[in-house]
Amino acid sequence: MHLYEIPLIFVLIGLALYVVLAGADFGAGFWQLLAGAGRMGERIRDHAHEAMAPVWEANHVWLIFVITVTWTAYPTAFASIASTLSVPLFIAAVGIIMRGASYALRAGTETAAERRRVDLVFALSSVLTPFALGTIVGGIASQRVPVGNAAGDMFSSWLNPTSIMVGVLAVANSAYLAAVFLAADARRVSGEGSDDDLLAALRVRALVTGLVSGAVAFAGLIVVRSDAHFLYTRLLHGSALAAVIVSAVAGLATLELVRRSSFEAARYTAALAVAAVLAGWALAQRPLLLEGLTVQQAAAPHDTLVVVVISVIAGATILFPSLALLFRLVLQGRLDHGEPDAGGSAAAAAGRSELGRLLAASAPGLLARAAGACLLAGFGFLTVAEAGWAHAIGVAALFGFLICGFLAVVPAQLADFARQERSHGADGTR
Amino acid sequence: MTAAHQAYLLQARQMQALSFTMHIPLVCFGIAFPAMVLFAEWLFLRSGDELYRTLARRWTRIMAALFAVGVITGTILSFEMGLLWPQFTATFGSVFGLGFAIEGFSFFMEAIFIGIYVYGWNRLSPRAHFLSGIPIVIAGMTGSLMVIAVNAWMNHPTGFRLVGGHVTDVHPLTALFDNGFLWPELTHMYIAGYIVCGFLVAGAYAIGRLRGKWGRYERTALAIPLTIAALASPVQVLVGDWAARDVATQQPIKLAALEGLAKTTKGAPEHLLGWYENEKVKYGIEIPKLLSLLAFHDPNATVTGLDTVPKDRRPPINVVRISFQTMVGIGTLLALLGVWLLAVRIRRRRLPESAWFYRAVALAGPASLVALIAGWVTTEVGRQPWIVYQVMLTSQAVTGAGGIVVGYATLALVYLGVVCAVIWILRRLARQPLREASPPPPTPSPAP
Repeated sequence: MHLYEIPLIFVLIGLALYVVLAGADFGAGFWQLLAGAGRMGERIRDHAHEAMAPVWEANHVWLIFVITVTWTAYPTAFASIASTLSVPLFIAAVGIIMRGASYALRAGTETAAERRRVDLVFALSSVLTPFALGTIVGGIASQRVPVGNAAGDMFSSWLNPTSIMVGVLAVANSAYLAAVFLAADARRVSGEGSDDDLLAALRVRALVTGLVSGAVAFAGLIVVRSDAHFLYTRLLHGSALAAVIVSAVAGLATLELVRRSSFEAARYTAALAVAAVLAGWALAQRPLLLEGLTVQQAAAPHDTLVVVVISVIAGATILFPSLALLFRLVLQGRLDHGEPDAGGSAAAAAGRSELGRLLAASAPGLLARAAGACLLAGFGFLTVAEAGWAHAIGVAALFGFLICGFLAVVPAQLADFARQERSHGADGTR
Repeated sequence: MTAAHQAYLLQARQMQALSFTMHIPLVCFGIAFPAMVLFAEWLFLRSGDELYRTLARRWTRIMAALFAVGVITGTILSFEMGLLWPQFTATFGSVFGLGFAIEGFSFFMEAIFIGIYVYGWNRLSPRAHFLSGIPIVIAGMTGSLMVIAVNAWMNHPTGFRLVGGHVTDVHPLTALFDNGFLWPELTHMYIAGYIVCGFLVAGAYAIGRLRGKWGRYERTALAIPLTIAALASPVQVLVGDWAARDVATQQPIKLAALEGLAKTTKGAPEHLLGWYENEKVKYGIEIPKLLSLLAFHDPNATVTGLDTVPKDRRPPINVVRISFQTMVGIGTLLALLGVWLLAVRIRRRRLPESAWFYRAVALAGPASLVALIAGWVTTEVGRQPWIVYQVMLTSQAVTGAGGIVVGYATLALVYLGVVCAVIWILRRLARQPLREASPPPPTPSPAP
């Protein structure tokens, strides 16, 4: 392996995680669209929203990761792709706006009718976005993106058999991943066996979309055979073929696990199936990134690659433990909402101390004087002095002013408000 | 450049400006609001007073909604790097891109811990919950550091050589962080985040006071953000002056445009207000030698004029100059408002009681937003016609794909819908009580 390939591996890992994690998120929207009317429909919709709300933002960031690492490590390729495929990229952007806005909006809904309206926007954009992103992958894989500023065709680059096939596959696969994910989540929320209806409904949906995804993937090979023959031949050779086989086996295993209602294990085999197919695509294209552009030619200068690799590895050492924490809390059911308030005030009462006393100890007078001194120092070092080191001291002093000033003013003031409330009765209005 | 190409470039720039204008106010909330929410929660942990918990929880819901919108508006900006400016990204991605790649990790931290913080109120231990908020504040800092590092690089490009349209000798860390422009710009923006967020939040409660809602809850909810903004706005005057002195030495043409200085002048005067026409400022108030004094701390210093570059290498003077004066004017008024609050606090040990003070605070929120955007117009339009100062023209960076006007119109419509949605949700959240029946609910708060 060469240095210039390492960022591409990061990109592919990010892409696989995006497809698996955000895919389940898109699919949750798909199921909101097809949840049907009546009580079961509403339960599926609510469940789909509540399972995704704490994690969707983190899942979405994988896309940002893929984009930013690509434009840093393979700038020409990124620019060629984004300019030629600007239409589907823009459609995906609009879909992402709609989805994010509906997550924000749902928090304020009060009636079932309001929720249904928001869910409809969410659902439609959840189908549109993976389809559009899928067509982009199809355009790249079928070599319809030449190198250059919008050098490819604005429409046939993504409205072609391979693109549409990948788009449909992305939607079907998202629905499948979501059904598996939601079933696992429903089991966790309800405990063993207490919510059989919801679980059974999701299991059927998982089985059906699993079969559909498999069928689309298989049909996809036929599409690729006629539309992008070079890709077809290379997919069915050597290591790419091995990856395709791994993907197929993992896909079948997932179906079997879902049939046995082992949803938790099914999530991992489903992820493997996705990762293997992406690996197969990469191996089939190797060493080309775009037509006439090898990964080596597309790669940024050596120093940039080194810094990118180091940054990503360093970032990952913070990122993965944090992600693990998030998902562990979700799986332990510690991030649910709508639950009655559990013991927050009792626990806090343990650490209770009289605010006034505490703050009297921090001596507002002393803090105020320190704030004044910091402000003077800040003015002197930042505004009067000219040297760079003086400016650094000046900025630090000004931040000191902000912090000391805040602590000198606010806690004492809040203690005053509390005193006023006690002396004027509970209302406290003048 | 043909007329058609010019119109096309203008559309791309407008679309980019629209996207920035949507995103930047949300960035302010990303920078400053988590710290305020955490402060309220900390008060609850120390005192056990339910009022602070209610405040923190209500603010959390607003923070969550605004963060969700910020996620999408930020994503659009990253798409536009390829959708609108592919030649910029293709040529310089290897130089500046690292900033955004690292910013991606900040964004991850923000998204992960905001998920934990927002949905963990009921189930996590109070201490664990409080701690889960701290990474959000830190990520707000590192995220703005990375993004501003890229913008500072665009204004003051270093860390590479350009040979035949290709970059060589690339040192991304030098380009991003060993850049004198970064620190004033970062400090200026970071403090702006606290000012905008502080005045907007306080303004909502000031409106409530004018309507007679003035219980202890509302006073507390006003005092925290208002004090932050009141302290930060005088500091911003000093930081802004620092940033302007940097512009004077590093981007003399931008300074000349800010001030409407047509000719290189020794002991240059400052003009307040007025309109730039035929190489001079008309109808303005002239203060002799002030520009030289402010920019170089020397009343007789020579200030570079616009005449040192050809006409097509100058930014649009009036746009830049009026934006700059708007920012400075509003910033000065905000600083005076801050001093008013602090003076009353120091002398009388209470909040001001004049209704005019609260009217001013209510106005200060939107005004600070105008100043923020005017400031960004100043720096971004002031850099024109360059996308990378004196290295790449904006017209060389723009996409070759057609139909920008379609994208621009669509985005404008979609964003109009998003603005309506944000207003709707904020009003809704302000009205809705918290879901659980906590002990004595506060008097219903006005729009936060």
